[in-house]
This record gives sequence, structure tokens and C-alpha cells, in this order.
Amino acid sequence: MKHFTTGTQVDFVVVGAGAAGGVVAKELSTAGFQVVVLEQGPYLRESDFRHDELRFRDIYDKPYLGQEILTNNHELQPNTFRRTDMDIARPLPVVGYGRCVGGGTVHFTANYWRFHEIDFIERSRWGPIEDTGFADWPITYADLEPYYTKAEWDLGVSGLASASPFDPPRSKPYPLPPLPVKSSGVLFERAARKLGWHAYPAALAILSQPYQGRSACMHCGFCEWFGCEFAAKSSTLASVIPVAEKTGRCEIRPNSYVRRISTDKHGRADGVIYFDGERREQFQKAKAVVVCANGAETPRLLLISKSNLFPQGLANSSGLVGKYLMFEATAGALGTFEHPLNEYKSVQVTRVIHDFYDSDPQRGFYGGGGLDARFDYYPIGYALYAMPPDAPRWGADFKRALKENFNRTLNVFAHTTALALESNSISLDPDLKDAWGLPAMRVTYKSHPDDLQNMAFFRDRALELLEAAGAIKKWGFPVEDATASVHLMGTCRMGNDPKSSVVDQYHRAHDVPNLFIVDGSSFVTSGRNQPTCTIQALAYRASDHIARMARSGGIRSSL
Amino acid sequence: MNPGEFSRRRFLIGSLSTLGGAWLAARWPMIAATQEHIHGAFESGQAPAFQFFSPEQAVEIEAMAAQIIPADDAPGAREARVIYSIDRALTTFEHDKQPLYRQGLTQLQGKTRGLFSGRDKFSELTSEQQVQLLTAIEKSEFFELVRLHTIVGFLSNPEYGGNHDRIGWKVIGFEDAGAYEPPFGYYDREINKDDGR
Repeated sequence: MKHFTTGTQVDFVVVGAGAAGGVVAKELSTAGFQVVVLEQGPYLRESDFRHDELRFRDIYDKPYLGQEILTNNHELQPNTFRRTDMDIARPLPVVGYGRCVGGGTVHFTANYWRFHEIDFIERSRWGPIEDTGFADWPITYADLEPYYTKAEWDLGVSGLASASPFDPPRSKPYPLPPLPVKSSGVLFERAARKLGWHAYPAALAILSQPYQGRSACMHCGFCEWFGCEFAAKSSTLASVIPVAEKTGRCEIRPNSYVRRISTDKHGRADGVIYFDGERREQFQKAKAVVVCANGAETPRLLLISKSNLFPQGLANSSGLVGKYLMFEATAGALGTFEHPLNEYKSVQVTRVIHDFYDSDPQRGFYGGGGLDARFDYYPIGYALYAMPPDAPRWGADFKRALKENFNRTLNVFAHTTALALESNSISLDPDLKDAWGLPAMRVTYKSHPDDLQNMAFFRDRALELLEAAGAIKKWGFPVEDATASVHLMGTCRMGNDPKSSVVDQYHRAHDVPNLFIVDGSSFVTSGRNQPTCTIQALAYRASDHIARMARSGGIRSSL
Repeated sequence: MNPGEFSRRRFLIGSLSTLGGAWLAARWPMIAATQEHIHGAFESGQAPAFQFFSPEQAVEIEAMAAQIIPADDAPGAREARVIYSIDRALTTFEHDKQPLYRQGLTQLQGKTRGLFSGRDKFSELTSEQQVQLLTAIEKSEFFELVRLHTIVGFLSNPEYGGNHDRIGWKVIGFEDAGAYEPPFGYYDREINKDDGR
């Protein structure tokens, strides 16, 4: 891997080596540019990943959010939380994200849903929703389609094209066939058929066959919340980052926590200031900056980077940096079955239903989503949190219930819409600091009533599916206001009007010509809350345009 | 936070698996040390000495664990040597829970005397009496903690000192083989029997 000195003015510095940053690094370096990627987390390898629930998933009761190995550490980087700006924000871990080279793609479930055409134009189709930021995207599905295809082929995605009647049009099939169906998928499909719904093989960023020198999935079962030791999960760590490094023009610099995007007297970005692993301040010079730090850390960094020229924070003349935060909205139900499912084996999800993807005015509220069949529990978490509600908590009957149900339980999980509200935001906490002395993130979040009604609708569909599948026992998740999220969207929204958006349709900040923002923060709507595929398609598309602009001299550097 | 939110958060842990903890961050080196210690001790063919508990205290806690996950036709917490994982946890990554155990052991003795006059030790009560006593204290912080540690010790990787011989995993039907071939379960055996696709 190439190493650059901080004094070398590289073409691009990329902040964050996750879903988007890894793609941008590969695309720009293979296009011939010099790229330094600063990742606040460590550079872990496949050999660092273990099947160890106690170590990789903290099941203890505080703090709740984020493991310390692959994700953010709330003791070092706390956030505060409040429902509305009338409330006092108190420390409460509510934001989780990948914090290692590869970011969230290292530990994600690898559900890989494209957005549908409707997601980009839903405001026009549905009409306005009062007191929300419900809006169309400045791009359409057709604009993004080539990049969805590119993402699937470049990263390695398994699936069956057109298996779902609701699938948006695609220019190419998936590069790999779907993973083998599990018992949960068979039951789900059987139930869907009974109900007249359409279950189809899940698209997963996990290799069903060897691909590009990487191993196929061994069905070990440790996908969600674990790193894949076979490199069969198509994280950016396993797929595109090695390609970027091989160009000899890209340096991945881990343990580098960016504390400020620096600007010159003309208001152009000229590099970033960061803390290295020894907490020494460094300054990396660059001709342009691409921020891929996720939907929560990106706005925080922009707000921290305020200056005389940018008194509201960098790229924030609209005042919308951090606003329109959209959290993960979910619903679902668990059920138990007569015979063993052995769901602990293989990938978490093998079947998905999109029959209720679109909003339907007859339901009386805005909202849609998708359902998948899964089992995302490991033994300790199952025993503590996912037993049937009528099971005793200890003793002979507890043990019997544990024994009977661990291998006979499945989870119908719905991923649903979250409306963008200006009042939901990431801002800087006025008092609390992180371990580096930077202002902590303050999260303000209250779900729109339609989001909650939609969740209840999907919980009921999940129960209906379990009933049709022949579940012995079934119980729904409580439908409650979102309190934590690992999907972080909307906080630097994309748009054509600099007054109502932060970046343009090519992810260039309206206010700073050589600053680009590419991650979940660009989202205008939440889609159906499976964002990674779209984050990566956007990253491919943005990289294409950034490279073109750079080649034609369209990115004016500070020099 | 209202109780509803709390239960939602609880649910999230298991369902979204959103959640985890910085808690472990500072403690990871100690956990690694635990693994090494336990592993070394059993390798050399002898049970490790207790680091936190006196032998008498260990008997009491083990008796509690053995009621939380009792042996039936299959082994339980005692057979899985959960007591060793609790002992090591209390001298390493659960160090700050020591006072709760000390107070809890005193309360346990008090409750034993209170409910069964002339009896001094929980471990020497009949099984029915033990269940009666634990039912009386099942809402206490101490019981909750022992329950948590028992479940964790029963189901975590054996190198943490419990789940001896993978007893806990065998009981629930989990194995960590590292690789599997379809069919995986009862309902996919037909569809997966031919080509595994």
C-alpha cells in the first residue's frame, strides 16, 4: 500500500472507509487519482474476526448500543438524546455505526435491496405531508440504475433477478445465484403463497459461489454483527478496498479521527485536521475532500468545522446540516414451530416480501416496507431477550423452553419508512465532549405518527404470515417510537436548491466546490430502511462524476 | 425514559441486534486474560482455584445457578461449570459487581435463616426450599445479576470458563462447527436435498 506524507497535497482525502468511503477510494484511485482515506477505527483483518458472542456482541445491559470492536464506542464518543427541542438532552447511546476499515459493511446482515422507482418520486405521487420534509429526490431510479448494477457486480451480490414481481427494472441479472433457502425461508414462502403474497430469494452482499478470488459462503451463521472470516461477505474491506490499495495510489490510514475540515481564505477545502492513533494532531493536505463518515458523524463534523467564513458550520448556508435525520424504522414478530429450523446455520435472511412496499392511501397513512424471514439471535441473546413471552425466567421450565425453542424460532422482520422531519436532527451538544475534547453529538428524534401506524400495520402482517406458516406460538414486537438506530439517513440532503438542500445531485456541497458528501446523509427519503445498497450505488455514481469533474479541471483546488 | 421505551430497547438488543456496549472496550484485555487463565488451568488437568469466591461462597452461588438452569435429563449450570465463569468474571470484566455479590451472599444467608429457622446455608436446603427462597427474591438486583451471569456462563464460548464441554450449547441444540451444508433444518430438507441450492 502506498504511503503519503501529510504534507503531500493528494488529489482527494476521503473521511471514512465504510460502505461509501471504500467505494469512493476504489473508484477514484483506479481512475488515476491519489487518495488518502482516513478511518477513525482500526484496520482489522479476517483473522481478527471470531465466533464469540460475548466479545463481539455485548449483551450486558449498559450501555445498549454498539459493540466496541467493530462499531462505535459510546464511552469514548457519547451522544445525548432528547425527543424534542423542548426536552433536556441526556446521555443515552442511540446511534450505532461501523467503526473500522469497511465500516458497517463488515458486520451488516448484508440484505441488499435496491430502491424502487417510487422511492425517488414518492412526494409527487403521494402528495405533500404536512409538517414534514417529504420531497422527491433530484435524481430518478433510471439515473441510479447503472450504478446499482455496478455495485452488485463490483462488490459481489447474490440474488435472483425478477424473482419478485415488484422488482424495479434492471439492466443485468445478479452476478451470483441466491444462497440456499433455509427453513425460515421455506415457511415464509409457503405462508406467502397461501396469502397471495410473493416471497422471493433475498439479494445478499454475500457470495453464494467463489467470486473475484474470494471464497463462497460456508454457512457458518455468524453474519449479523460479526465480521466474515472467509471474506465471503462483500464488505468494502473484503471487496473494493484491496483493489484501491493495489493501485499504488491509495492509502487507507486507520485510527485517524478527523476533527476538522480545513478551508482556505477563499472558502475552499484544503485538507483535514485529524487525531492520529496517539492523539496527536495531523494535517493532511488535499485538493478536494470527500466526506463519507455516515449520516450521524458527517453532519457533526461539518458543524464542528465552522469558521468565520462558515459561521453556521461548513456547507451549512441552508441551515439544514444535521436536519431531516431519518432513523431505522422496523416492526416484526417472532414465532415458534413444531420441527427444528436450525436457523443458527447460514446467512440470516433467505426470503423477502415486497407486496407492501408501496404506500397505499387505503391504509389511511403514508408508509410502506418489506418483510424478511430471519433469525438474528445467538445463544446468549436468545436466552435473555427472545424467549416466548410466557416462558418462565429461570428454573426447570425456563430451561425446557430454552431447549425447545432455540432451534424452532424465527423472526419476521419488517423494514419500514421513516418520514423526514426537520425537527429530527444531529446537532452539537453544548456541554458534553467526547474523549478527544470535541463536542458530542446531540440527537433529537421523534417518529412521525404515520411511521408508527405503518409499523403497527407491518407487525400485523408479520403475525399474519406466522399464522399462515403454521406457527405454534407467535408474538409481536412492541410498536414504539424509535429510540436507537444503526441506519442513519437524511442529514445532508441532496437537492437542486441550495436553500433547501446541502449537496447537489452529484454530492457536491452547494457552498464549497471541492467538498463532496457521500453517504446515508444524502438521502432525501428513507427508502424502505435497507440503505446500504443505495448508499453504495450513490457512491459509484458520485465517484464517476467527481472523477470527470476533476479531469476536466472542474474542481477548483485551493492552489 | 418511560418503561415502554425500556422494553423497546430490550427488544432491540435481541431483535435488531442494534446494541452492544462500550462496556467491554476497557475490559477486553481482562477478558482475554480470563480466557488464558481458564484455558491453562483445564489444560493442565485441574480445576482452577477460585479467585474471588471462598469455597463456601462458591457453593452457595453454584447452588443458585443450579436452580436457575437445573439439571434434568440434560446437564445444567453446575455441570457446565458456570461457577468458574462467574468467579473469573468477577475478578476481571465484571470486577465492579463484587460488592453486589458480597451483599447478596449476606442477604441470601439472612433469607435462609428467616424462612427456614435453624438453617444457615442456602446450598443445604432441599431443592423445593431453594426454589421457594429464590422465588421470594427473584425481583432483587442480586438475583437478576446471578441469573444474567448464569446464562452468560452457560452459553458463552467455553474459554470463558463455563459452558464446559459445550454443555450449554448441546442443551439448546447449538453448535459452532464453522461451516455447514444444506439442508439446514426440517423444513428445507426436501428442497435442499438434491443440489443444495
